[in-house]
Amino acid sequence: MSDAILATRGLSRRFGGLMAVGDVALELHTGRLHAVLGPNGAGKTTLINLVSGDLAATAGSIRYKGADITRYSPDRRSRIGIGRSYQKTNIFPGFTAFENCRLAAQSRAPRVLHLLAAAAAYRPVREAAERALDAAGLAARGDRVASTLSHGEQRQLEIAMVLATAPEVLLLDEPLAGMGAEEAQRMVALLKTLAREHAILLVEHDMDAVFAVADVITVMVNGQVLESGAPAQIRASPAVRRAYLGEDELHAAADAGVTGRGDPT
Amino acid sequence: MPAPAASGNRRTIALGAALVLLALFPLAGATFYTELVTKVMILAIFALSLDLLVGYSGLVSFGHAAFYGVGAYALGLLAPKYEAANLWLTLPAAIASAALCALVVGAFVVRVKGIYFIMVTLAFAQMFYFVFHDTRFGRGSDGISMNFKPVAAIGGFTPFDLANATHVYYFVLAAMLLVFLFLRVVLNSAFGRALQGIRSNEHRMRSLGFPVYWYKLASFTLAGALAGLAGYLSALQFGFVNPELLSWHQSGNVLLMLILGGIGSLYGAVAGAFVFVALQEIYSSVTTHWQLLLGATIVLLVVFLPGGLASIAGLFKRAVVGDPDDE
Repeated sequence: MSDAILATRGLSRRFGGLMAVGDVALELHTGRLHAVLGPNGAGKTTLINLVSGDLAATAGSIRYKGADITRYSPDRRSRIGIGRSYQKTNIFPGFTAFENCRLAAQSRAPRVLHLLAAAAAYRPVREAAERALDAAGLAARGDRVASTLSHGEQRQLEIAMVLATAPEVLLLDEPLAGMGAEEAQRMVALLKTLAREHAILLVEHDMDAVFAVADVITVMVNGQVLESGAPAQIRASPAVRRAYLGEDELHAAADAGVTGRGDPT
Repeated sequence: MPAPAASGNRRTIALGAALVLLALFPLAGATFYTELVTKVMILAIFALSLDLLVGYSGLVSFGHAAFYGVGAYALGLLAPKYEAANLWLTLPAAIASAALCALVVGAFVVRVKGIYFIMVTLAFAQMFYFVFHDTRFGRGSDGISMNFKPVAAIGGFTPFDLANATHVYYFVLAAMLLVFLFLRVVLNSAFGRALQGIRSNEHRMRSLGFPVYWYKLASFTLAGALAGLAGYLSALQFGFVNPELLSWHQSGNVLLMLILGGIGSLYGAVAGAFVFVALQEIYSSVTTHWQLLLGATIVLLVVFLPGGLASIAGLFKRAVVGDPDDE
């Protein structure tokens, strides 16, 4: 387990009196997809924000390839290979889909001193953008202005932009949110492909998708890690059932248990 | 983003026609108008430089006149008393001084956003104003009168005469054209695209790995340098400088030019300068309360044509073909 590409220790974030994320230890490995489950308000998005640098941690540390990156700015984390996508589509609405990706890829080859060279003519960046669009299934939509794409396509673009930055670690915040069945299926397939060569941290509500793609699942409740392990272990965990399925189901399960015993004394 | 070829061609034709008109204009003879259009083209350079900030970097500066003034004062302060200054030495010095001032101011102001950015740029510009207004270094509220126009001598060769209004006109026209083309190329470069990305979605640019602060600072410095060029040309044309060049009125006027012409359009910045001065001239010949009329015109324009003059062509196109592109 020492070969983790990214590891958090005691990672915490407090908002006033609220402990949004408390004492979270996670390890991400290349070739593994690590999913985070939890009810609304469990701190999943805050966790991603802490790892991506959008939020500063109040305590704990993040190590990436042996370096302490806890205090790195978000742009620096991106440049060293930690890419993230957003739950709420966060694109450049007035630019074409291609330009969204081209700009993302450009961050790897800034060429800021080439003031007189047309950005769009630079082949390596163009090709990276095209590969990213293609991988996300948007190859045919490159010329469309991003704001005119369908919601599902904008979600795909969201992923394509991250891929265009050639990250080694992917932090994906609900990539399936608001997608149609067919698009979701394609995204799940994409996630599986990406998991082969990347370390992925996936926050997702769609349980079927999570159990289909995850190698490791961490369940969070109220900002704390409730349980972490292989999908089978999570599926079988009573603590997870209690927390995640909610009180009603628990009562239902308990009732079923009582009836099952068939002895109403 | 890439405009359809047809409208691009039409635009090139319009630009060419405007250029021919401007090139032929001094031949019409009236020195007054030659000098007036020279002044307008200087303001157009000033407006273009601000458009880089407001229209393409999302930085609404209300203190851009500071760098215009620094460029102008650089000539005023560098010009020797009893002989003519050399254009080829003082012009780069003016641009460099303005760029340096913008770099220092920018290092502070590009950290803040929105209304705070507007207020902080205004505050810095006021500081510059009072430096020139109230210190011995700035020579006080009367400013500096130059006894000689700069000369464009390279060794013993003088390609044009800056004491001649027509020569100044063509020199300024060339400068405006160069600035226009330079900005067009820069905006298409990787740097320019990144600025436009920052304007569109700064948060995402940061998360994609762009060190947004440095891009904004570079943009602020470049815009300051170009404003300094405009200020220098103004000092060259009129032969004197005073603190009013740096006043907040001046910063406000150049913003109004952009609003009139259309923020985020280089054509708009130039058109805005022309329309602004034209309105000023027309209204002030009608009434002494011309500012009232000018203000009313701008209000009406903002209400009925929020995209400025540059959006007129787009409005026609949308009326005919329907254009879903919103930005």
